[in-house]
Amino acid sequence: MCLAIPGKLTELSTDATGVRMGKANFGGIVKQVCLEYTPEVEMGDYVLVHVGFALSKVDEAEAARTYQALAQMQQLGELDTPDVPDAEPPLPEKAAA
Amino acid sequence: MKYLDEYRDEGLAQGIVAEIKRLVTKPWVLMEVCGGQTHSIVKYGIDRLLPEEIELVHGPGCPVCVTSLEMIDKALAIARRPDVIFCSFGDMLRVPGSETDLLILKSRGADVRVVYSPIDCLKIARANPDKKVVFFAIGFETTAPGNAMAVWQAHRQGIANFSVLVSHVLVPPAMASILQSPLNRVQGFLGPGHVCTVMGYREYEPIAARFRVPIVITGFEPIDILEGTLMTIRQLEAGKAEVENQYPRVVSRDGNRVAQDLVNKVFEVGDRKWRGVGSIPKSGYKLRYEMRAHDAERIFDVREIDTKEPEICISGLVLRGVKKPHDCPAFGTLCNPEHPLGATMVSAEGACAAYYAYGRHLQKPATPNSAAPALAKAS
Repeated sequence: MCLAIPGKLTELSTDATGVRMGKANFGGIVKQVCLEYTPEVEMGDYVLVHVGFALSKVDEAEAARTYQALAQMQQLGELDTPDVPDAEPPLPEKAAA
Repeated sequence: MKYLDEYRDEGLAQGIVAEIKRLVTKPWVLMEVCGGQTHSIVKYGIDRLLPEEIELVHGPGCPVCVTSLEMIDKALAIARRPDVIFCSFGDMLRVPGSETDLLILKSRGADVRVVYSPIDCLKIARANPDKKVVFFAIGFETTAPGNAMAVWQAHRQGIANFSVLVSHVLVPPAMASILQSPLNRVQGFLGPGHVCTVMGYREYEPIAARFRVPIVITGFEPIDILEGTLMTIRQLEAGKAEVENQYPRVVSRDGNRVAQDLVNKVFEVGDRKWRGVGSIPKSGYKLRYEMRAHDAERIFDVREIDTKEPEICISGLVLRGVKKPHDCPAFGTLCNPEHPLGATMVSAEGACAAYYAYGRHLQKPATPNSAAPALAKAS
C-alpha cells in the first residue's frame, strides 16, 4: 500500500452519491478508482493509484516501467482484492470535448 | 518492456556505482525511508553493490510495521464485537497483537473483511445498516487521502454506521526523531518518493537545514536508489545538506494540493505511538473534532488496553536503523513469515520479511558489502 500502482483510465463516471469515479486497467486487472484528487485526468490517461485513489498523472513510459518494477518485486497483490460492487450503477461521464 | 530493461541495465548501474566509488572518501551511513525502497535494496542486493564505505540502514517506512501494538489490540477488541464488520487492508490481518491477530479472529467467526480501498467500506456500510462498519485507517501520507475521502463522504452523506480507527503516521517527524536520538548514525536520507507524490517535499527542507543532513527524494527502482545514493554522497562529500529530487518524473515540490486540502479538512496533526519506537510528538493524523461521529475510538470504548510485546523481538531497533534483521537472535528461527513475532516480519515492506524472502537468514551477517559484485537479477 506504500507504493502506488499505475493504471490506464478506461472509464470515467460519477457514482450515485456524486463522487467522481472511474475504472483503471492495471495490466489486465480492471478496478474502480476514485478521481476526486485528479480533476485534470481524462480517458486514456495513466495515473498512479494508492488504495483506489488516483493521486497523480504519469506518462505511458513511466507507467509501464513502474508497473513492471512492481511486478518484479511482487508488489501487486493488493489488486487481487475484489471491488465491492455498487448498489446503484454509476452514471457514465461524457467524454471530454 | 524496453523501459524496464533500461532500468535493469547492468552497465548503467555499474556506471553509477563507479561514480560513487570515485567520489567517496570516508564512511557514510544513509537511511532509505520507504519500505518499498528497502524491499528493492534487499531484492536486488543494492547494498552489496556499493563501496564498503557506504552503509544503507533501513528506515521506519513500513506502515504495517509501525502501527502500535496498542492500536492492533484496539482493532482486535473492536473486531471481536458481534455488531461490527471490521474492514482492513490485507497486510494488517497477520500482524500479531498481544494475544491474537485479525486473521485468527476471522477464522473464529468475526466479520473481518479485506478491502482494496477505504471507499469500499462506505458501500459495505450502506448495505449493512444494522451493523457498525469500522475501517482500520493506517498508513503514511500515501493512504491519508483515501482514508480522508472515506470519512469525508460518510460525513457528507450522513453514513452514521461508518467509523475509522485512525493510526496514521507521518514521515518527516519520524526522520526528525531518528536524527535526535542519541543512537542515531544516519547522515543522509533517501526520501520516500511516493509519499512525496502526495505531500511534495517542502516539509523536508527545514529538516535538512536544521539537522544538516542531505535528503534526496528517491524512487524505488534499483537505478533510482543508486542515483539517489550518488546524489546523497555527492552532497555529503561536498559538505552540503539540501533537499534534492531524484524522482522528478513523479514528484513535484508541491505534491497534490487537492488531496492535501481534503486531508487537512478531515485530519489534524497529533502525537502518535509507533510500534517499537514509542510516542513521537506531532507524528500522526487524528480525526478533527468535526469528524468525531466517525471516530471508532470514541464510539467503542477502547481507551485502556494493556499490551504485551514479545521480549525477544528487536523490531523497534530495526525500524530506527540501529540494528539489522539478522542481528536478532530470533530472526529466521523463532520468527519467520509463518510465525511472525514482530510486524517487520509480516509486511513485504518490512525489513525482516524482505531479508527473509531473499534468503539473508541463510547467509553470514556482518559484512554487508563483500559479496554479490553485480546487481542481483530479478527472479
